Amino acid sequence: MKPIQSKEEYQTYVDQKTPNSPIIKNCFNAFWVGGLICAIGQIIFEICKMRGIDETNSYTIVSMILVFCSAFLTGLNIFNKIGKFAGAGSLIPITGFANSIVSPAMEYKSEGYVMGVGAKMFTVAGPVLVYGISSSIIIGIIYIIFNTQNLILV
Amino acid sequence: MDWYMVLKAFVTGGIICIIGQILIDKTKLTPARILVAYVTLGVILGGLGWYKYLIDFAGCGATVPLTGFGSLLAKGTISEVEKTGLIGAFTGGIKAAAGGIAAAIFFGYIASIVSKPKIKKQ
Repeated sequence: MKPIQSKEEYQTYVDQKTPNSPIIKNCFNAFWVGGLICAIGQIIFEICKMRGIDETNSYTIVSMILVFCSAFLTGLNIFNKIGKFAGAGSLIPITGFANSIVSPAMEYKSEGYVMGVGAKMFTVAGPVLVYGISSSIIIGIIYIIFNTQNLILV
Repeated sequence: MDWYMVLKAFVTGGIICIIGQILIDKTKLTPARILVAYVTLGVILGGLGWYKYLIDFAGCGATVPLTGFGSLLAKGTISEVEKTGLIGAFTGGIKAAAGGIAAAIFFGYIASIVSKPKIKKQ
């Protein structure tokens, strides 16, 4: 290899060696994996609707089935591979929530079933529940005062 | 089956995930913070009553991402507030989201008990 002399030469060399900014690829993978998870959810939802289950319960069934699949796949070490490939595509849907419960629990299993599994389950899910539930209580109190549902989206 | 709805769910869910991916790549936010941000955003949008338009449009494309979980908490809180007043603000949210939370804890616990931890290859 010939030695690099100038700054420009070095820059072109770096550009050659580094892969193109992976953000486009990451976004594409996140898009189709995330979309696919939502589409599977919608298919389950349509099946529930065809069986005459009401809408609220159907949405609950969808999240329960997706959570189950995600926990199952995480247990088999398959989900982390999907996660590595899809990034936010598997993190943002409720599957990511289930994965964030199972994977630290598995990792800290050696610390015992109470302080290992039981406590570490909530390393990521805990904050999500804390902020979600707290803000929903605040929303409820604000709603009592201001009736926010009457704000119309322009 | 309504395949058009499935397509709308695919596209909407995908776009929500792209936003998350951009946050991961372009900012220093950890995944945990992004999840918290999504849930809180969902609660706020649900509380304002705006998220239901997205759910009407995209179905599971809006409910499966964590913003949907947040909006479910808000929706449950508001409908319970209408029934029981202030107590509803405390009971409604978790009551509505109970299925998802309980399933996540239970299936998560079973899965982590049954599975063998993999030794990380570095």
